[in-house]
Amino acid sequence: MPVFYDKRQLVTPGDLLAENDYYAGENTFKENGKIYAACVGLVNCEGRNVYVVALKSFYVSMVGDTVIGKVIEVSLSGWIIDIKAPYLAMLKASDVLERSFRPQRDDLPSMFDVGDLVIAKVVASDRTRGPLLTIREPGLGKITKGQITAITPTKIPRLIGKKGSMVTTIKKETGCQILIGQNGLILVSGKSPEDERLAIMAIRKIEQEAHTSGLTDRVAEMIRKEKSEKKEIGGKDV
Amino acid sequence: MSKKKVKKLIDEKDIRHDGRKLDELRPTKIEVGVLSNADGSAYVEQGKNKILAAVYGPREVHPKHLALPDQTLIRCRYHMAPFSVQERKSPAPSRREKELSKVIREAFEPSVFTEYYPRTSIDIFIEVLQADGGTRCASITAASLALADAGIPLRDLISACAAGKVEGRLVLDLNDVEDKEGEADLPLAYMSNLNAITLLQMDGMLTNEEFEKAINLAVEGCKQIYQLQKVALRAKYVEVKEAIKEEAEEQ
Repeated sequence: MPVFYDKRQLVTPGDLLAENDYYAGENTFKENGKIYAACVGLVNCEGRNVYVVALKSFYVSMVGDTVIGKVIEVSLSGWIIDIKAPYLAMLKASDVLERSFRPQRDDLPSMFDVGDLVIAKVVASDRTRGPLLTIREPGLGKITKGQITAITPTKIPRLIGKKGSMVTTIKKETGCQILIGQNGLILVSGKSPEDERLAIMAIRKIEQEAHTSGLTDRVAEMIRKEKSEKKEIGGKDV
Repeated sequence: MSKKKVKKLIDEKDIRHDGRKLDELRPTKIEVGVLSNADGSAYVEQGKNKILAAVYGPREVHPKHLALPDQTLIRCRYHMAPFSVQERKSPAPSRREKELSKVIREAFEPSVFTEYYPRTSIDIFIEVLQADGGTRCASITAASLALADAGIPLRDLISACAAGKVEGRLVLDLNDVEDKEGEADLPLAYMSNLNAITLLQMDGMLTNEEFEKAINLAVEGCKQIYQLQKVALRAKYVEVKEAIKEEAEEQ
């Protein structure tokens, strides 16, 4: 690690991270040959690339991301969708219909109405226009059941874990389906609301303790403990 | 107002009327992330000042015609609560509040990477719950932390502090009485790591020499506040880490 900090140390905006022979990576900037942090986060270094993993952020859309969004407006030829990013996303009617849109015949609110939640994929995103979404892929479309919870988008990789280890643990322990939107919204659907509550509790714990190590084991332990406590109470009732 | 007039603001031993030394800050308490509905927030107590700052954004601009095609629009509202001062203040924005909103906004513009998210706005709301002089400085200190808490990329945290002249002596961090009875007041906002001043105002009279000394004094004050800001930003995360460490040790 460069001169000033150890790996994975907490930094705040303006902290001097490195000098001269390094590149400024994510959430850092270079001025007069010096690299400074731009966010609150954990500093890291790969080769000569210095970057900061932010501890809190907002979602910046990238092509190929799966996101969960809410329909906030039905426009003339599509829907405007809030994906919790700085820009509102657009879903076109022709994309949902899989043919060109005929304004006289097709009734948009009957497909998606204001307030509906959708799972979609980002197909185009640049800074001149808002991101464009699609639902023409298996697994995408309107959300009909489950619960939604939100975490800060930079902690999504932590929630997934190495090769999906973290999210697999939660799925296995609670028996819930978990769908992670890259924008920080997570859909949890299980057999009972109780299972869902447990999964959401685990997700909250991960968000809060994302910057610590040994988290997967602690999460698994917490779920098991909660489950056994519930069983005891349930047993008394019977 | 029937406020008792303090006769002497600085005694023979260089102690100010509230017990501080000439170059001493008021006791300052900072907390980050106090509001759950805002994207970022901070609360600052500096002496009797109590200030709450909230940040939303970057988000879509409303009304749309205000959006800038090449950069983020920063909007700021500095507002004093009706109960923040001794005599009720009308809640409508006064001329003074509008001006302060503008200078505070301009103090932030150099610290935010406005070119990163064009056509969006960052909205800063500052609410003064209790005022005792130097609220603009404490507001900047709070709002800068709220911006960092919102995850908005910043060049540096901005700290702000005033210096001034009271009874012929240069003092740091004036409170209300010192501001009103004193000869000069010089609020200053400062980016410590980049060594850059983003706000500098003055009212009253200072000689060239005094002016230079006052600036250096205020900068020193800002550096002290900067350290407090850093501690406050880390506090949340450090707390969690330590709690887990303790748990592990118990087991």
